[in-house]
Amino acid sequence: MDIGTIDQIIDRHQGEAGSLIQVLLEIQSKNNWLPHEALVRVSERLNVPMSRIRHITTFYKTFSLVPRGRHEVHVCMGTACHVRGAERILDTVREVTGVGPGETDPELNFSVETVNCLGCCALGPVMVVDGQYHGNVDTAETAKVLKNCTCK
Amino acid sequence: MARIKSVADLEKLRTEILARRESERPSITLCSGSACHATGCGPVAAAIEQELKKQGLGDKVDFRRTGCHGFCEQGPIAVIQPEGICYLRVKPEDVPEIVSETIVNGKRVERLLYADPATSEKIAREAEIPFYRHQQRLILGQNREIDPKSLEDYLAVGGFQALSRALFELTPEQVVDEVKRANLRGRGGAGFPTGVKWEFTRRAPGELKYVVVNCDEGDPGAYMDRSLMEGNPYAVIEGLMIGAYAIGASEGYVYVRQEYPLAVSNLEAALAKLEKYGLLGKKILGSGFDFTVRVHRGAGAFICGEETSLIKSLEGLPGEPKPRPPFPAVRGLWNRPTNINNVETWANIPLIINRGAEFFNSIGTEGSKGTKIFSLVGKVNNTGLVEVAMGATLRDIIYKIGGGIPGGKKFKAVQTGGPSGGCIPESLLDTAVDFDELTRAGAMMGSGGMIVMDEDTCLVDLARYFLGFLSDESCGKCTPCREGIRQMLRILTDITRGQGQEDDLERLQELAETTRYASLCALGKTAPNPVLSTLNHFREEYEAHIREKRCPALACRELIAYHIDPEKCRACGACLRQCPAEAIDGGKKRIHVIDQDRCTRCGACLEACPEAFGAVSKLSGQPVPEPLPEEKRCIG
Ligand SMILES: Cc1cc2nc3c(=O)[nH]c(=O)nc-3n(C[C@H](O)[C@H](O)[C@H](O)COP(=O)(O)O)c2cc1C
Ligand code: SF4
Ligand code: SF4
Ligand code: FES
Ligand code: FES
Repeated sequence: MDIGTIDQIIDRHQGEAGSLIQVLLEIQSKNNWLPHEALVRVSERLNVPMSRIRHITTFYKTFSLVPRGRHEVHVCMGTACHVRGAERILDTVREVTGVGPGETDPELNFSVETVNCLGCCALGPVMVVDGQYHGNVDTAETAKVLKNCTCK
Repeated sequence: MARIKSVADLEKLRTEILARRESERPSITLCSGSACHATGCGPVAAAIEQELKKQGLGDKVDFRRTGCHGFCEQGPIAVIQPEGICYLRVKPEDVPEIVSETIVNGKRVERLLYADPATSEKIAREAEIPFYRHQQRLILGQNREIDPKSLEDYLAVGGFQALSRALFELTPEQVVDEVKRANLRGRGGAGFPTGVKWEFTRRAPGELKYVVVNCDEGDPGAYMDRSLMEGNPYAVIEGLMIGAYAIGASEGYVYVRQEYPLAVSNLEAALAKLEKYGLLGKKILGSGFDFTVRVHRGAGAFICGEETSLIKSLEGLPGEPKPRPPFPAVRGLWNRPTNINNVETWANIPLIINRGAEFFNSIGTEGSKGTKIFSLVGKVNNTGLVEVAMGATLRDIIYKIGGGIPGGKKFKAVQTGGPSGGCIPESLLDTAVDFDELTRAGAMMGSGGMIVMDEDTCLVDLARYFLGFLSDESCGKCTPCREGIRQMLRILTDITRGQGQEDDLERLQELAETTRYASLCALGKTAPNPVLSTLNHFREEYEAHIREKRCPALACRELIAYHIDPEKCRACGACLRQCPAEAIDGGKKRIHVIDQDRCTRCGACLEACPEAFGAVSKLSGQPVPEPLPEEKRCIG
């Protein structure tokens, strides 16, 4: 990620230290993860110590300090999805991708995350693959969707 | 649209908009809330636009995309006006027929109508569908009349009338007074009287004060705040502005979780529009009231919904709670007086100012006034968002509106109040939903999650689930919360695995008391609730796990086994093909058998076995019958 883009994001927030989280969110949404150099730049420009940036990036779940895979899988583990069998969906995801929650495989094919609620509880269990929602999924469909990803 | 500089400008504009709409033009309203997006409203919208153009109806029919209508499970939902015909599960290929039959010829497309599951009778009008008929949708109802990107739509339903009334007819004290007399209680969980809270912040010394919308909605399984923010951001902002005027605040913040991208973008679009027309900024409507709003995206932490932690997060710090007092009303954001309310609380304000405290007081129960939106989800037929007057019974909500339990299963419990709430058993189904009644039943109003469970849900497992969630989400700042939850979780996990000890229930009780007593913030203080309420109402389920190593709901994986009944197996091979562990042995005309050592208990075989055979079953607390000897496995 180039320094210019990072600077632009920081400038848009007027370089205020209070906007640290918003700045990191924007960098991540552009780059998919937060490389070390980006964090160093943010630290310099916003004048916040690296230790605080570390604290923030590990406290909030959204942030990723390692590259993410080409396919992002989010499995909802909220209560509504839980009572309708989300755990089995997650098991299937783990089996098919070989990746557990919070992990990415070495070939950077899949990153798997769990989320606490996607706000589509009526459709539970819900899984999102590359931004595409899949509601009322069962284990067979989950496996099918993920296998399609690897074929492409 | 020109800038709106006075009440006269606003009313003139409203008159123009309404005049333009006088004509009885037919219209199509398509729900474009998050759930409907997930079920494919995007392609349906494209098809509608294309079809209207193709049939030359582009300027004769209005087409509007709105926020959530509530009946999310049946989406995408399209409503055709003026008749109010409601089509469910609409697909792009249905669109040409909807346009030529319903719009042009005034006929109904039967297959897209709601069918009563009991009688198969078709119901055409939205208002007559039982799911809607038993609701009172004072807040949520506006969603389906408003395109969240259109300020005109909001003005057409009377938007900003309440603000202009507040600014020009009432003093700030009178506004606070009206909200106090309305007896509005906060919809974010604790149910604290909103007017009283406003007064604290109003009276707190300081020039600069803040008002904040809490749209973190960390409660897993609840999404009413999201639907309001996505569908009707103007109402939330109008409420916020009225509150700011009453409190004496000039800056507002909206804290939205970033897992809600549509809410963020609709909100930002609404704010940009309001600034453009001068409804935000300096001298709003020509009064002396200045007000600006900023959006802050949350970065995924449940604890950030707690107000002191939300403030930390707004300041760009890790969201760790602080002891109170001092309360945010006195020392909040950047140490200035700050008033935080929930999305739904703010959305109630325009209603109260427009229709008055008496009107608001006429709805609800003695202690809880107005309506409440619930997210009715889980094992219930009609899932979605439901708004009822306070005092409706759980039974009415689950059976009349929700249509009961699917698949002929038995109702077991309903969980309200999210992770800090509790489970209500069947014997208490006639409890009225009201802040105090739910607490008396051992649960909580919380933010409005209502999760229905049938006989297949294990409540020990549910308690474990909530404690697992809370253990992940505890900020870890104080030991009783961090360690108390962790230890309770460990015990519960052991119990669900069949490793429970006789004295576990006592230990759980002790840990629960200590965690509740010694934690700093409400996360830790209420974390024991899921344990205590299930222990209270479903103790025998715990005991079966501990003493008999049996899960009565047949849900806990370590305590169940799958078994193929040799009498029922037809050797069709369906289970064998689905088993991912290659644990099933079978073949043509050979009765299938599960190798228990290889079986991972995924349940795929049970799903796969044709219903007519029903040969696969789950066992718990009893030995699995020995497989038939090889020579007896041959059938036919
Ligand atoms: C752990 C925790 C999480 C909370 N999450 C939320 C939330 O997501 N949304 C919300 O409005 N209130 C939440 N609250 C309650 C807030 O702290 C606060 O009481 C509320 O926003 C006040 O608004 P109200 O008076 O309008 O209810 C939470 C409280 C705790 C302890
Ligand atoms: S009670 Fe739990 S969440 Fe609250 S401050 Fe203590 S550790 Fe953090
Ligand atoms: S439960 Fe799963 S692993 Fe076990 S036999 Fe059935 S399909 Fe195979
Ligand atoms: S609980 Fe899964 S979407 Fe809400
Ligand atoms: S999102 Fe369409 S009905 Fe809820």
